[in-house]
Amino acid sequence: MSRNQENMYFMRKFIRKYALVRLTLTLLAPTLLLLTSTAFAEVHEFKLDNGMKVVIKQDHRAPVVVSQVWYKVGSSYEHSGITGVSHVLEHMMFKGTKKFPAGEFSRIISENGGRENAFTGQDYTAYFQQLEKNRLPIAMELEADRMRGLLLQPEEFAKEVKVVMEERRMRTDDKPRALTYEHFNATAFVNSPYHNPIIGWMEDLKSLQIEDLRTWYDAWYSPNNATLVVVGDVDPQAVLDLAKKYFGPIKSRPVPTLKPQREIRQHGVRRVTVKVPAKLPYILMGYKVPVINTTKEQWEPYALELLAGVLDGSNSARFEKILIREKQIATSTSISYDPYSRIQDMFVIAGTPAQGVNAEKLEKAFLKHVNDARTNLVPLEELDRVRAQLKASKVFELDSIFYQAMQIGTLETVGLRWKLMDEYLDQIEKITPQQLLTVAKKYLHNDSLTITILDPLPLNNIAQAHTGESSNNVQ
Amino acid sequence: MFNKSVANKCLVFISLILLTNICLASPTIQHWTTDNGARVYFVPATELPIVDVQIIFDAGAARDGDKSGLALLTNAMLPEGAGDMDANTIAERFDNLGVQFTNSARRDMSVYKIRSLSGPEQLNPAMEILATILASATIPENAFKREKNRLLIGIEGQKQSPGAIAGKAFYKAVYGSHPYSNMPSGNEKSVKALKRKDLVDFYNQYYVAKNAVISIVGDLDRNKAAALAELLAGKLKSGEHAAKLPDVTNPTKANLTRINHPSTQTHVLVGQPGIKRGDADYFTLYVGNHILGGNGLVSRLSNEIREKRGLSYSAYSYFSPMRKPGPFQIGLQTKNDKTDEALKVLRNTVTDFVDKGPTKKELDASKKNITGGFALRISSNKKLLEYIAMIGFYDLPLDYLDNFNNNIQSITLEQIKDAFKRRVHPDKMVTIIVGGAT
Repeated sequence: MSRNQENMYFMRKFIRKYALVRLTLTLLAPTLLLLTSTAFAEVHEFKLDNGMKVVIKQDHRAPVVVSQVWYKVGSSYEHSGITGVSHVLEHMMFKGTKKFPAGEFSRIISENGGRENAFTGQDYTAYFQQLEKNRLPIAMELEADRMRGLLLQPEEFAKEVKVVMEERRMRTDDKPRALTYEHFNATAFVNSPYHNPIIGWMEDLKSLQIEDLRTWYDAWYSPNNATLVVVGDVDPQAVLDLAKKYFGPIKSRPVPTLKPQREIRQHGVRRVTVKVPAKLPYILMGYKVPVINTTKEQWEPYALELLAGVLDGSNSARFEKILIREKQIATSTSISYDPYSRIQDMFVIAGTPAQGVNAEKLEKAFLKHVNDARTNLVPLEELDRVRAQLKASKVFELDSIFYQAMQIGTLETVGLRWKLMDEYLDQIEKITPQQLLTVAKKYLHNDSLTITILDPLPLNNIAQAHTGESSNNVQ
Repeated sequence: MFNKSVANKCLVFISLILLTNICLASPTIQHWTTDNGARVYFVPATELPIVDVQIIFDAGAARDGDKSGLALLTNAMLPEGAGDMDANTIAERFDNLGVQFTNSARRDMSVYKIRSLSGPEQLNPAMEILATILASATIPENAFKREKNRLLIGIEGQKQSPGAIAGKAFYKAVYGSHPYSNMPSGNEKSVKALKRKDLVDFYNQYYVAKNAVISIVGDLDRNKAAALAELLAGKLKSGEHAAKLPDVTNPTKANLTRINHPSTQTHVLVGQPGIKRGDADYFTLYVGNHILGGNGLVSRLSNEIREKRGLSYSAYSYFSPMRKPGPFQIGLQTKNDKTDEALKVLRNTVTDFVDKGPTKKELDASKKNITGGFALRISSNKKLLEYIAMIGFYDLPLDYLDNFNNNIQSITLEQIKDAFKRRVHPDKMVTIIVGGAT
C-alpha cells in the first residue's frame, strides 16, 4: 500500500527482495479451498548427471513459460580490484558464442515473441526468457550454448564495458541517494564482500581486462554451479527431457571454494557524511542482523521480518502513521531487510526529512522508535495486521509466474532450499510479540549501527536554461 | 485466465514463425453501465482467489487549468479522510484485510487500484471502504497541508535528477500552452497557491459516475461484479463527463533547450507530439517504432548507440498514446563529453528511418516478436486489468485484444514509410539536453 503518485521523488520503498511473501496452503485454508488445482501445482525438482539443478513449477493459467538460469556467482563472490566483474560478464553473455554471434541471442528470442534479460545481484547472476510455451526449447538451446561457449571478444568487451560505465553513471554517480547508499555499505561492511557495490567501483571498471572476465567465466559458469528454474504452462517430464537434451551434455567442472569472509565484529556506531550536489537530505541507518543462512535461532529472521513490517511498509505502519502523518518529521521512510541473503546483512532504516526538518532530527525520531521496540511489546493487534498483509500478498504473488521463478531461483542460489518458501507463513504465524522484543534488544543496538547522511551541496548553475537555438547548432 | 474465463471464441492465426497453428484466445470483455452512468469493464478470472479493481476518473493533470498540481493532490487526498474515517482508520482497515491499495495521477487519469482476496470476509469490507473513499472524501485541512508539503518536497527532489529535469523540459517544449505541457506534480509556485477549496471543487466536479471507468478482473461472476460496480459507483453523484481537451498543436520548427546540471552524464530527449489512443495510424506507428527504438537491444537506436558504439546504457524511442496525441519521445544518456556524438547518431538514425523506412527483414522480425509474444501481454490478472482499463478509458473497441495480432500482421512496409513521413518530423522536433558542461 503506497502513495505512488506520478512524481517519483516521494522516496521509493526499497524493494524488499521477494522477502515478504511465500506460500503455505494450510494457513490460508478459508480462502484457498476455493482454488482450483491448476493454480497450486507442486514443484518438481531434479538433478542432471552433471550436477545441474532443475526446478519446475506448473502454472496453467496462460500458455506461457518463464525460463531462468541462475549461477552461484555475484558481487559478493568478487575480491577487491575486480569488483563489478560478475555484472560485466552478465552483459558479455549477450555478446556471442561460436554458434550464435553477438546479438543473435537477443534477436532469436525476439523473433520468437520472447522477452529476455538478465540481472546480477550480490549473491547471484541470472538469465531469463519469457515465451509462449512452445518456444521453450529455443531458450534452452541458446542458454545451454552460452553456458560454456562464450567467445569474450576484446572488441566487444571494449564497447560493453563503456556501456556498463554509463550504466553506473546513470544508476549511481548521478543519483545522490544511490551514491549515499554505496558509501553506507562500504562503511558498514569492513571485510565482508557486501562492502562493494554490485556494479563495481568505477576505478575497477576502468582497469578491468578481458582476461579477468575469462577467468571469472571459467571459474563459475558450469552446470554444477547453476539452477534452471522453469515456471508456466508446462509438463515437468517434458521440461526435464529438454534440460537433459540441452544442458545434459555439458561437463561438470570444479568450482572454487568461497572464503567465508565473515564480517568482523563492530564496536560502536559508525557515521559517514556524503556531501554531493543535491536538494534533499537523506538518512540511512543499518543494524547488523542475522539472516536465515547465518542465524543460530531459526525463528529470528522471521521476527525481524515482522518487526520491519510493524515499523514500516504499509500505510498503517508506525513510521507512516507517526513520523509521516502525525508528527510530520519525515516525508518518506523505508525499511529493508532480506532474510535470504547469503551472508550476514543489515536491517536498514531510511528516510527523507519533512520540510524544515534536518536529518539529525529524523535520526532521533527513528532511534526513538527503535528504542520503543527494544523496550515495549508490540500489541498483538498490530502484529496480526502485518501477518494479514503477508498472508494476502502470498496469494497475490501467485499472479506472476516470473515472481514465482524468482523465489525458487533466489533460495536455491543462496544455499537454501526452495521448500523454505512453503514454510514462510508457518514461521511467521508462530512469532510472538516477545520474540520481536527479543530480536530488537539483541540486534538493534548502537554498537552495530552505521549511520550515513546525505548532506546536500548546492546545485550550481541549474537554472541556466537557454532555449531557441536552431537544432542544427549542436551537431 | 485463458482456460476458464475465455468464452467460446478462439482467435486462430497461422503462426508465420515455426510452429503449427496456435489457437490463442483472448478474454471476452463484459461491459455495462451502472445506474448512475459509470462505465464498467469486467473479465472473470477464477483460477486465483483474487479480485483486482481499478477505477479511473477523467481527472488527471490535463484538468488542472492554471492550478498545476491540483489533480495530483486531489488524487492523493481521497484516502486521507472519508465518511467518518480518518487516514489512520482507513489505513488500518485496509491493512487488516491484507488489501493492496494504490493511487496515482497522470495527465489523463486519476487512478485508484485495489487488490483483495476474493473471500467475502475480505472483499466486501474492502470495497465498502473504497466506495466511501471515492464518494465521501472529506479532504481534511490538516492532511491537505501535510500532503501539499510532501508534494513540494517531491518537486524539490526532481531538481536533483537530470532525468526528471529533462522530462519536465521536454513536455514544456513539446506542448507549449496545451494542458499536457505541465507536470502532474505542478511547480513550487502553483502548488503553494493551492487551497483546500480548489481540491473540494475539483473533487465535486470530476469524481462523479459519468466521469468514471471501473475495471474488474478476478474471481467473481457477472452478478457479483455488477453488485460490486454498483457499490463503488452507487454513492457517486451522476455528474457530467469531463469536457473535451483542446487539440494539440504541432511545433512548426525545431527547438533546442540546454540545461546545466552537475551530473557526469548528459540526458538527451528528442521528440514531438505523437498519437492519440485509437489513432488510425496507431498500429502502423507502433510496429514502425518497434523497429526504430521500441524493442530493447534489438532495435535500431539501441544497435547504433549502444551496441555499435557503447555510448549509452539505454537508447530508445516510443509513442505514448493518450486522449490527445501523447509524446513521441527518443532518449539516451551519455557521459558529458560524448553528448554531441550521441545526439548526432540519434538524429541520423531517426532521419534515416523516416526517409527510407524499415527493411522487409526488420518488419518481419518485429511482427514475429509482437504477435508471437501476444500471450505474454495478458498472462496475469494484473496485466489483463491494465489492458481492459485502457480499452475502457479510451473507448477502444471491446475486441481490441481479439484483433490485436491481425492488426499487427496486416501492416506493410509502405504503410510504415508513409505514416512516418506524415507523422514524424525530425526537422521540427524539440531537443532537450541536461547535463554537465563538456
